[in-house]
Amino acid sequence: MTITEKILAAHTGKKYVSPGDLIDARVDLALGNDITAPLAIEAFERIGAKKVFHRDRVVLVPDHFTPAKDILSAEQCQVLRRFAKAHRLSHFFEIGEAGIEHVLLPEKGLVLPGDLVIGADSHTCTYGALGAFSTGVGSTDLGAAMATGRLWLKVPESLKLIYFGKLKPWVSGKDLILFTIGDIGVDGALYQAMEFSGEAIRALSMASRFTMANMAIEAGGKNGIIEPDGITLNYIKPRAKRSYRLYRSDPEAHYADVREYDVSRINLQVALPHIPSNVKDVREVGRIEIDQVVIGSCTNGHLEDLRVAARILRGKKIAPSLRLIVIPATQEIFRQALREGLIEIFLSAGAVVSPATCGPCLGGHMGVLAEGERALATTNRNFRGRMGHAESEIYLSGPAVAAASAVKGRICHPEEVLRKGA
Amino acid sequence: MKLEGRIWKFGSDVDTDAIIPARYLNQSDPKELARHVMEDERPDFFQKVRRGDILLAGKNFGCGSSREHAPLALKAAGISCIIARSFARIFYRNGLNLGLPLLESSEASEEIREGDRVRVDLTTGEIFDVTQQKRFFANPIPAFMQELIRDGGLIAHLQKRGAKGKRQSSNPD
Repeated sequence: MTITEKILAAHTGKKYVSPGDLIDARVDLALGNDITAPLAIEAFERIGAKKVFHRDRVVLVPDHFTPAKDILSAEQCQVLRRFAKAHRLSHFFEIGEAGIEHVLLPEKGLVLPGDLVIGADSHTCTYGALGAFSTGVGSTDLGAAMATGRLWLKVPESLKLIYFGKLKPWVSGKDLILFTIGDIGVDGALYQAMEFSGEAIRALSMASRFTMANMAIEAGGKNGIIEPDGITLNYIKPRAKRSYRLYRSDPEAHYADVREYDVSRINLQVALPHIPSNVKDVREVGRIEIDQVVIGSCTNGHLEDLRVAARILRGKKIAPSLRLIVIPATQEIFRQALREGLIEIFLSAGAVVSPATCGPCLGGHMGVLAEGERALATTNRNFRGRMGHAESEIYLSGPAVAAASAVKGRICHPEEVLRKGA
Repeated sequence: MKLEGRIWKFGSDVDTDAIIPARYLNQSDPKELARHVMEDERPDFFQKVRRGDILLAGKNFGCGSSREHAPLALKAAGISCIIARSFARIFYRNGLNLGLPLLESSEASEEIREGDRVRVDLTTGEIFDVTQQKRFFANPIPAFMQELIRDGGLIAHLQKRGAKGKRQSSNPD
């Protein structure tokens, strides 16, 4: 069996499952946010449930329209707050201790290898980077899982993606996943488990692994997953407060398809409007002037991403009339960035630094685009109108290209900025 | 169960931001959501769509976000059924969970035209284009999901099974 099949079997009380099997699986953790949880709570109440299946295993994070951007958003957060209080949930994160859910949960040690996690947010697939099965669902599924601790799932076929070779300078997990989505398309892994493997993955930092698993949904994947190794354990050990299990795919496991990528041939990538599969090498995008750059999100708001951006922005100024918004993904990352002097670098360069929020990524608040504006973002989706007006444009990249482009005012390779010297 | 309606035809990879932009997700009232359904894609869609109309699309319909507000908005706007070449998986689950029938058929997705009158038999998966007098068959809906639809969605299904938090005290460890 593959790692995905093993985790699903273990949560179904079966020795063996195969792709296509419909299973009634036990859920280790169920997650909702300020947009999806209100509907889930409504579903929970309609079922007639009186208690959540486990008060340590239902996690609510207000992160999308927070700090509450308007009265209706404030009321949605209130629904979560009241539910968390009524059910004595151990993990309701008020904004002062919170952050973007998919960076926050691993940071708090709430997701561990071998877990089965569902979340009413499509980027719940992020936790696969820890060797867990995790997938996004809707609010009704979440409401049902909050009540029963279970969820029906179809065992997905697995797609094995093998990455070998050594990364070029500045290239990160974001470039690998954008390149992969460009190769297989936005439905290239529809309903499938994307198993990221190979020596280049084993050499990747935890942050880059999270970024890759995070965007599995952008290829239509049910989950993204990476076998846990020493890097995973170094991340997990200081955080875990309960036991966990490490799973690996069997050498004879069956895959729907196997694809190989030589990462030494992958350059910095940019996804052009209006679909994440529309990717190009940064050197081939031509002259694209931009109005706004966003560095953050569940995809690229990690400390490592901020460090990369700061290396480029140190001692530099962003282009006149460009807006740079930097969003550390959690309070802890913000604090550490402050200690390391990264925030000072951003402010000196002319950036604005925002509290943790999903805000601009989905056109919610904290940097919405006007008609005709063009943004480069380290986020995950560039659908038409996603960040604001239907006639605005979104380009996606990793933090290095984003920071360099903020300096130049147009999309560029970091070397264009650094070559000139500080 | 049989349905009949007029076709609204869309392309491939229609994402949930197009179905219901996130700027309207600070609430979840189906009627309010319906008012903005497909608004960036076709500004007059809500004005013109009629109860019972059927949405037709290409591949990967409903990709992107997990927001259940998307099928909820379509359903509240009057859409009775969606036929597509394929659906993004979270949208597929959400649609069925809400009792919104979803059918997959490449041929129907290609050949049926905007404005055609179409009859759908959910039990057999037969799709009949009355305007063109053409017949198509959708991929069969898995038995387990047919049960969900018959019960009227996941909540009704759970109510029927009496799963009122039965396992609430069980510890997943």
